[in-house]
Amino acid sequence: MSTWNAWLFWPNSVALSVFVMGVLAMLFLYAARKPMHGVIHSVCGLISHSMRFISRWLFQAAEQMGVRNQSVLLAEGQESEAVVIDREFERVGTIIRKDMQEFPALQRKMMEEATRIEDDYRKCGIVPPPPPEWVSALESVAQIKSGGDIPRKLLEEINKSIQKIHDQTVAEFRRSYEERHKILKAMQPSWRAVEKLIGEMDKKMLTLQTNAKQIDGHMGKLEGIRAKDSKTELALTTSSFVQLAISWLVLAIAMGGAFINNKLIALPMSEMVGASDYITSNMKTSDVAALVIILMEASMGLFLLESLRITQLFPRIASMDDTMRHRLMIASLVFLVILAAIESSLALMRDMLISDKASLMRDLASAAPAASDGALSSIPMIGQMVMGFVLPFALAFVAIPFENAVHSLRTVLGVLLVQGMRGLGVVLRFAGLLSKRLANVLESTYDIAIVVPLMIERWVIGMRTGSTEDRGEKERSKSRRAA
Amino acid sequence: MKKYLTLLILSFSVVLATACGDGRMHSHGVYMLVDTSGTYAREMGKASKIINYLLATLNPGDSLAVAKVETRSFTEKDIVAKVTFDKRPSQATSQKRAFKNSIEEFATQVKGSAYTDITGGLIQGAEYLNETKAGIKTIVIFSDMQEELGKGTIRDFPINLDGFRIVALNVTKLGTDNADPRLYLDRLARWEAKVRKAGATEWVVVNDLENNMESILTTR
Repeated sequence: MSTWNAWLFWPNSVALSVFVMGVLAMLFLYAARKPMHGVIHSVCGLISHSMRFISRWLFQAAEQMGVRNQSVLLAEGQESEAVVIDREFERVGTIIRKDMQEFPALQRKMMEEATRIEDDYRKCGIVPPPPPEWVSALESVAQIKSGGDIPRKLLEEINKSIQKIHDQTVAEFRRSYEERHKILKAMQPSWRAVEKLIGEMDKKMLTLQTNAKQIDGHMGKLEGIRAKDSKTELALTTSSFVQLAISWLVLAIAMGGAFINNKLIALPMSEMVGASDYITSNMKTSDVAALVIILMEASMGLFLLESLRITQLFPRIASMDDTMRHRLMIASLVFLVILAAIESSLALMRDMLISDKASLMRDLASAAPAASDGALSSIPMIGQMVMGFVLPFALAFVAIPFENAVHSLRTVLGVLLVQGMRGLGVVLRFAGLLSKRLANVLESTYDIAIVVPLMIERWVIGMRTGSTEDRGEKERSKSRRAA
Repeated sequence: MKKYLTLLILSFSVVLATACGDGRMHSHGVYMLVDTSGTYAREMGKASKIINYLLATLNPGDSLAVAKVETRSFTEKDIVAKVTFDKRPSQATSQKRAFKNSIEEFATQVKGSAYTDITGGLIQGAEYLNETKAGIKTIVIFSDMQEELGKGTIRDFPINLDGFRIVALNVTKLGTDNADPRLYLDRLARWEAKVRKAGATEWVVVNDLENNMESILTTR
């Protein structure tokens, strides 16, 4: 309050003092009007120009980055498509090598089957021997005119022999048809074999056709990439986003596994590094040691997959000669197996420690020991041991989603960065525009504070202009009159 | 590849090196004073339960000592059993079993003392816990908190309990307390004022031993 009073001209009459101060301030502000307007315009202009400059730079940088991202994306896409096409061709090559090389043999087999069928068909076509020409003999006997016993006997004999021959002929025909039926029956497996062979050929051809279609699709993509087609670029970018999401999902699952794994071995690790040692205020050494074991397992898995050329995070490993790569693969596998065995034994130790602690708790509570279920009670222990052995191998496969995440993250980050820069550029440009307009607003606001002197100024100017105009009018009327 | 291997080896070495880090700051030291004077000696069963609870709750690296409150308690001779648990859980479990056995043995042959020197016990407990260099130091007093000093026992001087938690357990009401509860309340207030003046960070009274046992070790 005393500080406030010190500013008053007349501390006893505050209103008067404030009024006088206001008038003085107004006079000062009126006097400083032009320079102040200048300052406002300069500052706002400076801000506006700076923002526009930064915005322009951001847009240019975003464009350059976009071009770089595009080239990286297309290069990666081209590389991956090339690899896929290469694999497809390899697959087609294998099919051709494996299956098509069997085609001559297959063809020969089919020809043999066809020949056999033809032979059988021909055999079917053999006509049985015609019946003896006894009909004409009968006609001759019938033409004998003289009756008697002789012709009758003769005819009877003929009848007998005809009956005999007829029976023989019928039997022959039956036998012949039976044989044909047999031949036709024997043809059935050949037809089936031919049908089967044709089916196999059809299947192989279909696989080949599918592969050819896939290659066509990949070739189309590759062409799109080479032509820097925006559609292909968009597809690749979207694919990167999807890949990243999938990889993160798998990595999250793997992290869950690693967490369980950590829980499994943290307690027994405390037996080695001490349960009461801490690295930081709330980070136990045993927990960190367990984590290191898990990370080492993941690393070994990474090296194993690298040496198997499943992942390609380390070009050095990929470019190694086959012998060295093979050695590295064996070394990684051996380390992984050792670590898995260690983890399995740690799981066993965990179970023992927990049993020991449970026994102590029972002692402390003076409770009777729990009844043992024999084999049933050892199931959790066996489960833990198996889990301890299997989890490291499962963790080894983390390298695949990790590689995927690393590759797609570059694209995704690039896209986000470009979008972010563009967004920031727009915001800055808008802010620059606002700043430019703000100068006028500030100028008007300043003028509001000194509205009274301005009104007086306008009035004085108006008066002056008015008197000048009156004088001019009078002079003009005088001259008119004179004229 | 080499770089990666070097990094792995380095990180493993760092872990191994730091594995020998100072864990005492996280360790808990508990010194339990058991009043064996007069009729309170009959409460030994409850004291055993509390000791068992402490044994079940304390972790490897923690320290525990149990001492009796006698006519003059400022002496190591009154410490019935003491242990600093091994860092290895399996060893710690064995130590806990051994500790339990010695307490059981003590409980069978406890003799009542004529006087109750709680202050002497507090000073002895503070000395012991300071030596253990535990991060959290708790003195548990299993007593009715009625101090009775023998002739020639001087305890009316300032004591130092800086950073200590003092937990009074099973503070039973005496016959006179029932007639005038102010005596009981005044007794507790006096002890609280005394330990707080000595620098204790916490003063906790736990009478419900069935449901409130965790307050013994839980810091506020």
